[in-house]
Amino acid sequence: MRPRGIALPQHFLSHYGRQLGTLAGLMAMVIVLWALTPHFLTISNLLNIAEQATIIAIIAVGMTFVIITGGIDLSVGSVLAFSGVVMASTLQLEVPLPLALLVGLGVGLLCGLVNGMLITVGRLPPFIATLGMMSVARGAALMFTEGRPISGFSENFRSLATGEVLRIPTPVLIMIAVYIMAHFVLRRTKLGRYTYAIGGNEEAALLSGINVRFYKSMVYGLAGMLAGLAAILLTARLNSAQPIAGMNYELDAIAATVIGGTSLLGGEGTVVGTLIGALIMAVLRNGLNLLGVSSFIQQVVIGSVIILAVLIDMALKKRGK
Amino acid sequence: MTDDTVLQMRQIRKTFPGVVALDNVDFELRRGEVHILLGENGAGKSTLMKILSGAYQKSAGQIVFDGAEVEIKNPKHAQTLGISTVYQEFNLIPHLPIGENIFLGREPVRFAGVIDRSAILEEAKNALVGLGLTIDPRRLVKNLRVAEQQMVEVAKALSLDARILIMDEPTAALTEHEIVELFATIRRLKEKGVAIVYISHRMEELFEIGDRVTVLRDGRSVGTYDVNEMSKSELIRLMVNRELTELFPKEHASRGPEVLRVESLSTKSGLKDISFSLHKGEVLGVAGLLGAGRTELARAIFGLDHISSGNIYINGVAQKISSPRSAIKSGLGFLTEDRKAQGLVLPLSVERNLCLSSVDRFSSWGVMNRKEERKAASRYTEELHIKTPSLDQKVVFLSGGNQQKVVLSKWLCSEAEVFIFDEPTRGVDVGAKAEIYQLMNRLTAAGVAIMMISSEMLEVLGMSDRIMVMRGGRIAGEFSAEESTQERILQCALGE
Repeated sequence: MRPRGIALPQHFLSHYGRQLGTLAGLMAMVIVLWALTPHFLTISNLLNIAEQATIIAIIAVGMTFVIITGGIDLSVGSVLAFSGVVMASTLQLEVPLPLALLVGLGVGLLCGLVNGMLITVGRLPPFIATLGMMSVARGAALMFTEGRPISGFSENFRSLATGEVLRIPTPVLIMIAVYIMAHFVLRRTKLGRYTYAIGGNEEAALLSGINVRFYKSMVYGLAGMLAGLAAILLTARLNSAQPIAGMNYELDAIAATVIGGTSLLGGEGTVVGTLIGALIMAVLRNGLNLLGVSSFIQQVVIGSVIILAVLIDMALKKRGK
Repeated sequence: MTDDTVLQMRQIRKTFPGVVALDNVDFELRRGEVHILLGENGAGKSTLMKILSGAYQKSAGQIVFDGAEVEIKNPKHAQTLGISTVYQEFNLIPHLPIGENIFLGREPVRFAGVIDRSAILEEAKNALVGLGLTIDPRRLVKNLRVAEQQMVEVAKALSLDARILIMDEPTAALTEHEIVELFATIRRLKEKGVAIVYISHRMEELFEIGDRVTVLRDGRSVGTYDVNEMSKSELIRLMVNRELTELFPKEHASRGPEVLRVESLSTKSGLKDISFSLHKGEVLGVAGLLGAGRTELARAIFGLDHISSGNIYINGVAQKISSPRSAIKSGLGFLTEDRKAQGLVLPLSVERNLCLSSVDRFSSWGVMNRKEERKAASRYTEELHIKTPSLDQKVVFLSGGNQQKVVLSKWLCSEAEVFIFDEPTRGVDVGAKAEIYQLMNRLTAAGVAIMMISSEMLEVLGMSDRIMVMRGGRIAGEFSAEESTQERILQCALGE
């Protein structure tokens, strides 16, 4: 056995070296914004940022899994809207709260599994399958509500978004829990092992006896279910489920994942990186708002940051070789 | 230096951060010769050729081409000088016709950039005829046989007026018959005065086609010799600097009970009525030409291709093998021909790859037992002498031989009883080859049964207890180790 004290730092660096770089980027951003606007680094603003980040951060966890398998999921934003409205309508039937929440998660899971089946059994490229689902789920949400939002829920339900424990908002706690679980799953479970193996080399994975179809479908199912969870939190926060909710969220989730160092080629990535990526996006939005930068310029800045982050990542990777 | 000398590379040195890849290497090339570049993997052959073809810049030294010193700046520059390379992996675009491939990037154009197709057709035809080929240049590259694709590569190189042609393992994917074709082409090129650098691991080829040989070892040149003054064992000694008393250190293990039996197996992939059996401790060599159905047989047994009729028994029990997963559960392991594409997950670590087929054993309720995993990984890494700085090293950074050992360990770890080797030593250097053969001996001694598909006749003859020859999806014959000779097997494979 290797002595743990010596083995750990190198082990740690080999796994998280890239994430440390992204983290340094986040820190640099925080320091600059702090210098520019003192209000930035107040506890209430930081909690605000964390809360702003939750929805995208949770969706991005599923996206990270999907991208590690070498796929992509364009449907999560629409699936969020669809599971949101279906759950909202069950809430209005005054069914027990846990049941309604299960409906929200279940609809997301189902959509994700359909994606998975289309990709594995139907052999469609993930881009096409989820592009289709993006439109289908959005249309279904609009049909289901006839285009109108469903609003007004019990205090109990809304406390999922408004509650706090030790001043930390519940959604932030839920997000942290999701990340801890996802990290555990990726690093310590069979599903995690297979997720990396499938993305790294699907054929070798198949030849090593991995049920590639099953595990790939599971990963898309997971992404859908997390979109359902995001739908619950968003609906609770807005006290309204809207069929047009979650527009372009898939793109933000992809951006967070990619900024966090997950390779679109598959086979590598961490949720730790994705969390930092999601925080970078939220910090940037918040900081630019505080500075009074127009939303038009904000889009330009955010786009540039995404490109820059990946350029730096690629340059570092090249040098690493 | 004679008048025939086209190229001299003097005192070439190449360093990468932290590594000296080449140190004072000398290399000289004459008109119309086939100059073999010989050395183990990592000896510096590829680096030297990459410098010559402009892919790398030398750190020090001199290149004299046609009597004048040159600095080869990039691959394009090398091409204009007349230095072309036919790579192991072809750089052809499968969906374009042969002609367009030959002139890719320098298409003859009419006005306004419209490609002059008739000119392409005409010149491509000439280039192919010059090689003694009668393929229609309008055919798509993807429909060609590997050997034909290689000829297209050669034609492409020649249409650039190549004076030096670098061929890296040109016969790796060819059948015996196709190799004969290739050699005929090479001889034709020699007559035209083209100088050919020929890199190969197959010793027997060197004597057939080579004029001179330069041996590299650990980034230094050992020397240049006339091929017909050297013997195989001498060359091997120069390459590895250790005596390989036996190329094939076959040890016969005691033959145990039957472990695998295949009965009248037929598949849509072209196998017809295949029956054979395999015993514990036995190596069954499977010989045959490319396309004889050898790989298809392995795929069918391993659950990759659908079986239309027939049965597979393991230890006397009929198995329903419908996927690699069920094949592995039945005790099979498959070392595929293409390690990188099918055997390994390159971006993952040694440990992850090694344990990939045994995840079920190392997990309970879906949660991995990382201690057990690490224990198994370090055990096999030690037992098989896998050279890696740590278990967390990505396998992509290991050498070919060590990668092969990782694949082997994967199946040892999953406790396979029957190992199917498909071309076990392709692209592996002499030292690692011997080690893989030793491992096969150890496997059979431990009671494992091995089915070994190989296109290297000497390997089949050297390592097998029995040899099964396939032709056209059927078993064409079976020989014991004693009664088999290269000629008999080839005749059987060709159906003569």
